[in-house]
Amino acid sequence: MQNEFIFVGILTICAILLPVGGMGMSWMLRPHKPNKLKQTTYECGLETVGETWAQFKVSYYIYALIFVVFDVEAVFLFPWAVAYNKLPLYALAEVLIFVLILLFALVYAWRKGALEWI
Amino acid sequence: MTEQIVFFIFTIMVLGGGLGVVSTKNLYYAALFLSLSFSGMAGYFIMLNAGFLAAVQIIVYVGAIAILILFAIMLSRKVMTTNEPQTNKQNWLALIVTPLLYLTLIFLVVKVNWPVSSAAPALDVLTQMGAQFLGGYLIPFEVMSVLLLVALVGAIILARDVEKGRE
Repeated sequence: MQNEFIFVGILTICAILLPVGGMGMSWMLRPHKPNKLKQTTYECGLETVGETWAQFKVSYYIYALIFVVFDVEAVFLFPWAVAYNKLPLYALAEVLIFVLILLFALVYAWRKGALEWI
Repeated sequence: MTEQIVFFIFTIMVLGGGLGVVSTKNLYYAALFLSLSFSGMAGYFIMLNAGFLAAVQIIVYVGAIAILILFAIMLSRKVMTTNEPQTNKQNWLALIVTPLLYLTLIFLVVKVNWPVSSAAPALDVLTQMGAQFLGGYLIPFEVMSVLLLVALVGAIILARDVEKGRE
């Protein structure tokens, strides 16, 4: 095991323990007296309309697709950013070409109205 | 010893997640189980001293692909509420194909003479990777961005068509 990932592990354990501990403590301490009004779904003080499992719009899917593409782009840029100081200057131009090509993708998505919130 | 315990935890995540995917009746929960399985795989990558791959696994698979699958499920009609039967007419075919795939993979792992390097793992993998991306592997690096561009354009065209068909 690499030592540097022990901190990630500790952080993960803390991240799990914090909500579980909080909810567990309140579960142990609180009185349990449910009634009908208490168990109604609360949504900004308004009565909820329709089913919880609502169907989403297709346009959300396009956002997710665009997100995946630029997520992968960020992954590829990360090693370059780490090695930046040790690379010659023309590496910057190479990365700029990489970003420029993906900028076309962003412009295309923009022109096609995929970024608009419908 | 610690390593074995950690490996055991990740194995429970991967196998339990995989089992959850095929056993739960709600498709939405199946997708959540799938992301649990992906997270366990990231743990394996860390144990194999491949921290960057682990980060990629979390960022791309858990962060993006799982979201994409969840969105696809939430978009589809009636999938969320009805509990569809988990098997269809092709289940006997799957019963034959999956053990075959499993045996093929086991055969590959055991029989193929995998090249093993005796060199110590590099300490600054990321720096070397960045240098390689912009040095010897420049063309694949640039082609990658073209591939991403094509993927995005194709995805938008397909998704737009679906949207038009629904209106």
